[in-house]
Amino acid sequence: MRVMVIVKASKESEAGILPDAKILAEMGKFNEKLVQAGVMLAAEGLQGTAKGKRVRFDGTKKTVIDGPFTETKELIAGFWLWQVKSMDEAVEWLKRAPFDGGTEVEIRQVFEWEDFGPDVTPEMRAQEARNRELAAKNAKKA
Amino acid sequence: VTESATHGAIDAVWRIESARLIAGLARIVGDVGVAEDLAQDALLIALERWPSTGVPDNPGAWLMATAKHRAIDVLRKRTLHQRKEGAISHEVELQLGRAQPDLDAAIDDDVGDDLLRLMFISCHPVLSTEARVALTLRLLGGLTTEEIARAFLVPVATVQQRIVRAKRTLAEARVPFEVPRGADRSARLAAVLEVVYLIFNEGYSATAGDDWVRPALCEDALRLGRILAELTPTEPEVHGLVGLMEIQASRLGARTTPAGEPILLLDQDRGKWNRLLIRRGLAALERAESLGGALGPYALQAAIAACHARARSGDDTDWPRIAALYDALTQVSPSPVVELNRAVAVAMAFGPAAGLELVDALRSEPALEKYHLLPSVRADLLVKLGRLNEARAEFERAAALTRNLRERDLLLQRAASCSTSP
Repeated sequence: MRVMVIVKASKESEAGILPDAKILAEMGKFNEKLVQAGVMLAAEGLQGTAKGKRVRFDGTKKTVIDGPFTETKELIAGFWLWQVKSMDEAVEWLKRAPFDGGTEVEIRQVFEWEDFGPDVTPEMRAQEARNRELAAKNAKKA
Repeated sequence: VTESATHGAIDAVWRIESARLIAGLARIVGDVGVAEDLAQDALLIALERWPSTGVPDNPGAWLMATAKHRAIDVLRKRTLHQRKEGAISHEVELQLGRAQPDLDAAIDDDVGDDLLRLMFISCHPVLSTEARVALTLRLLGGLTTEEIARAFLVPVATVQQRIVRAKRTLAEARVPFEVPRGADRSARLAAVLEVVYLIFNEGYSATAGDDWVRPALCEDALRLGRILAELTPTEPEVHGLVGLMEIQASRLGARTTPAGEPILLLDQDRGKWNRLLIRRGLAALERAESLGGALGPYALQAAIAACHARARSGDDTDWPRIAALYDALTQVSPSPVVELNRAVAVAMAFGPAAGLELVDALRSEPALEKYHLLPSVRADLLVKLGRLNEARAEFERAAALTRNLRERDLLLQRAASCSTSP
C-alpha cells in the first residue's frame, strides 16, 4: 500500500526560513534510508503560502484568493509518498524521522485501484475464498 | 498501548530491520541459516518483552544487540569445541574480535555489502528456483512463511520445507557469504535479477489461480529491485529491470476490469496509468542508459515498455522503434517468446501479413508448442486479415492451453465473437 506522509506548516516554514544545516543533514540521511529500503516513491517540500493561491468555486463564479493563508496548523509544508506493507510499517518509519518540538506529522493511506468500483469488493472477497480453496487443494496434492 | 498494537509495531520493525539484521549476523557467524535463527530468537524475545516494556527508541539496534550477544555465544561454543580438539581456529578468533566491540555503532555500519551478500546467497545457483524465490522473499523481503504461501497459493508447510532445505543446502555446499567477483559476478547478478523479475511476474500475470494479478507480489518485487539498485548503482541491468518493473506496474490499475478480467495493453485506458511510476521507470531507464555500453535484455525491455508509456494512444505508438528494440533483444537474449513479441511489433509497424509470416515460422518451434500466446497472437492477426474461421480455432486452442481461468474466459469470448461477426 501507499501512504502520504504530510508535514504541516510552521511559523518558520511559512516565513520561508529553511531548517538549519543540522536538521537538513539529518533529514537527508533519513531520506537516504527510505530510498535504500525501497520505501520512498516521492518527496516534495512546499514553499510558503505567501507564494500560493486558492481558487474558490461558487456556481459559475471562480474567485482567486492570494496567499499567505493564516490557519498555519492546517497548512501543508511538504509530503512524502511511501510504499509500505502496512500502516504499522509507515508509523515505524515515521518514528525514525528527525522531528521534534511537538511537531505533528500525519500519515494517510492512498486509495489504490483495487479500492474502486462497487463490484470490486465482493468480487475480490470471492476471489480470496477461491484462492483459499485452491491452496487447500494444493495442500492435499502435496 | 494495547498488546495487539505492540504486535503490529513489532511486525513492522521486523519488516524494516530483518534483512539488515540477518545480513549482519550472517557476516559474523558465516551461515545464513544460523543467522536467521539468531534473528528469530531476538524477535521472540522482543515479542515477549516489548508488550510490557514498550517498543524501544531504537528497535533495530536493540534487536541487533540482542542477536549479537547470542551470536557471540555461538562463536564461543565453536571456539571451545575447537580448543578441545586442540586447534583454535585463527579465523574464529578473528570473528570473535570483530563481533565484540561497539554493538551500538554496529547498527549504523554500512551494511550495504552484507545486504548484497545476502541477496547473492539467497539466489545462489545451488538452490532450486522455488527455493531462491522463497528465501529471497523471506530473508530480504521480510515476508513471513504464511505470506509467501498465500502469495504462491501453496501450503505453509511447503514453503517452510523449501526454506529449511535451502538453508541446509547452502550450509552443506559451504557457499561463502560473499559478493562474487570477476567473471562470476555478471552470471550471479543475472540470477538475482531473474528471481526478482520472477516474483514480479508471478504478481503481474499470475500463472495459477483465478485472479490475474496479485499486486502485493509486484510491490514486493519492486521494493527488492529498488533496494538492489541502491546497492549496485553502477549495474545498468539492475536499473533496466527496475525501470521495466516500474513501467509495467504503472499499468496495474488499467489492466483489469472491475470484475477482474484482463484488459489488453492497447485497449487500456491510458488515463489510469500511474504517471509517477512511469516517471520513475523512465528515470531508471535513463540511469541504465547513462552508464554506457549496449543495453542488456532488461534495459531493452524497459525501453520497449517506455515506448508504450510515452505514447498517448495505441495509434500514437512508435511501433517501428519497438520492432527495432525487439530485434536488438533477439540478438542479446534470443528466445522464441521474444521472437513472438517481435512478430507482434512488426505486425503493428508493417501490417498483419508481415507479422503473420513471422508467427507462422514459429509454429514448428517445440518450446512454444504449449504456449497459449502463440495461437492467441496468431488468432489476433488472422482476425485483422479477415480469416475468422481460422482465428476462432486458434482462440480456442489458446484457451485450452492457458492455466489462468480469467484469461481462458477472455479467449473463449474472443473465439465466440469470431462466429458472430459478419
